Amino acid sequence: MQAFQLHTGRVAPLDRANVDTDQIIPKQFLKRIERSGYGQFLFYDWRYLADGKTDPSFILNHPRYAGASVLVAGRNFGCGSSREHAPWALQDYGFRAIIAPSFADIFATNCTKNGLLPVVLSDTEVAKLLLNTTQFEGYFVTVDLERREVRDQSGFLAHFEIDDFKRKFLLEGLDDIGLTLQHEPDITAYERQRKSFATPAST
Amino acid sequence: MSRPRTLFEKIWDDHVVCQPAGEPALLYVDLHLVHEVTSPQAFEGLRLAGRRVRRPDLTFATVDHNVPTLAAERSIIRDPIAAQQVDALRHNCHDFGVPLFDIDSADQGIVHVIGPELGLTRPGITLVCGDSHTSTHGAFGALAFGIGTSEVEHVLATQCLRQQRPKTLQILVRGSFPNGVTAKDLALGIIGSIGTDGATGHVIEYAGEAVRALSMEGRMTLCNMSIEAGARAGMVAPDETTFAYLRGRRFAPKGAAWDEAVAYWETLPTDPGAQFDRVVEIDAAALAPAVTWGTSPGMVISVTERVPDPQRFPSEVERSAALRALEYMGLRPGTPIQEVPVNRVFIGSCTNARLEDLRAAARVAKGHRVSSKVMAMVVPGSHAVKQAAEQEKLDQVFREAGFEWRESGCSMCLGMNPDILQPLERCASTSNRNFEGRQGARGRTHLVSPAMAAAAAIAGHFVDVRNWEYRD
Repeated sequence: MQAFQLHTGRVAPLDRANVDTDQIIPKQFLKRIERSGYGQFLFYDWRYLADGKTDPSFILNHPRYAGASVLVAGRNFGCGSSREHAPWALQDYGFRAIIAPSFADIFATNCTKNGLLPVVLSDTEVAKLLLNTTQFEGYFVTVDLERREVRDQSGFLAHFEIDDFKRKFLLEGLDDIGLTLQHEPDITAYERQRKSFATPAST
Repeated sequence: MSRPRTLFEKIWDDHVVCQPAGEPALLYVDLHLVHEVTSPQAFEGLRLAGRRVRRPDLTFATVDHNVPTLAAERSIIRDPIAAQQVDALRHNCHDFGVPLFDIDSADQGIVHVIGPELGLTRPGITLVCGDSHTSTHGAFGALAFGIGTSEVEHVLATQCLRQQRPKTLQILVRGSFPNGVTAKDLALGIIGSIGTDGATGHVIEYAGEAVRALSMEGRMTLCNMSIEAGARAGMVAPDETTFAYLRGRRFAPKGAAWDEAVAYWETLPTDPGAQFDRVVEIDAAALAPAVTWGTSPGMVISVTERVPDPQRFPSEVERSAALRALEYMGLRPGTPIQEVPVNRVFIGSCTNARLEDLRAAARVAKGHRVSSKVMAMVVPGSHAVKQAAEQEKLDQVFREAGFEWRESGCSMCLGMNPDILQPLERCASTSNRNFEGRQGARGRTHLVSPAMAAAAAIAGHFVDVRNWEYRD
């Protein structure tokens, strides 16, 4: 998995609450069997007009946010469908971190499994970041996982919580499955004492 | 005596394989359900790492999202990318020894409909699937939740998941349902009340007289929509209703194993005095048939209400979300919801496509005609549901009323197959998500119960099913 330690990048604002994974990547793009190449479909129905042309009113299409790698959004980001295509699309588009007041559970897990960092900041801190993106052309922040903080060059500094295991996992870019397989003897021991009726009856 | 525990805590404790210091618990998975959309990259990951499926005997697959629902086109998936995805599942199941209920199988259906139907879903088990509506299976007193593709790969390889212990939320539903009010209306009422992130980080246990009185189908509808409140999972304690549903099902325990299982299942309900992190109380008697007006399941009103005025929402976030939603939905504040016309009706999905749902819709449809302005379709949740409905001649009732009667699958809940809304079409849908574009780009979705959907198909607009003229 891709490690995440520290990232400095341009910030794009998406000032909406409850952005669901159907918006992040619509269903017609879930039919592919690859893990890569989803960035072109990110926010498809918002980025493109019905005739396929770019919608200039959508915020990510504004030239001032071109090349952004940190997304700041409203609460409950990533709600709805469990599709991991959502973090794949965000990452493939170029995002390395998402900052919001809260995230949907499955989406947040899917992000960390791919080295895309979900950062929870307070409503006030998120509002400040959103304001900064509109006030300062080319506004950028540093997301520092080691120190658990988001900072900019003009004095913005916010700390965020992340559990120690998840942090270590991301910092070191660990192999999740490999780590679990180190507990193979425990899994086998557990299987020996499982209740027989927990296994589907053979027919 | 040991500390009183909740249903969730009992199942959790029973499935912890190990709890390494400073790490989340390693939780054993008793049943892994797989479908074509969220699994190909997981199987590919196994291949690249030279890993096998640890427990193919605890893994079952089906095709549901991409499958056509027109009988004549059942075996032809015209979209080559979708066809490739279905083929990939076939190859993966073959290569890794995973049983597959394929498109022509009598057991095919929406993964969350066939699991219970086949007796694969049982009380006390842990169950996962790469699909957020896995919460459905919690209706049996199982701990069931949706996962992403990386976690699908993890479960295939290890039969375990690393999990932070979630918090617990009890939703106590007091009293009894008024006539015409269903589990769907309760689910929408709960989401409207606590919000679409009201249960984030929590496992919900639904309890109270009204929940006890629900059939297994109703409990599945209720647990299904837990994810729409942000919950990790939703559960209902197992009881006689649960056991009666499961007895004799194909993969359910048999003989002495059945008795042993029931004796264990009876120990699962939450102990008196057990503590939840939060408790929310709902009065069932105060519920009414629900209709969503916006682009989030929490944007819901009762059928007697009017489309709300965004200016009356308390926060700027809610005001701007409501304004945006009304613009997308093409609705004006203050319009009585019953005056809103519909062009399409979808009765289907893992939320509301079981036999009981189809019976409720057919009872409304019987002796009536679908409005000339509406195209309405019924998509059974599984092949078995379809057959059972046909034995009761529900298909005839629907057809005579002018509904299309389709083959089983996820269909227009998310429109990965050819069943989609055209831009600006307005649909009364028994599914679970009214997100922008969910049923088709620029399509407009209103979530309702099966009876409400059938009534809207006939009237051509939303109506209060409590006043319906039944012709049975």
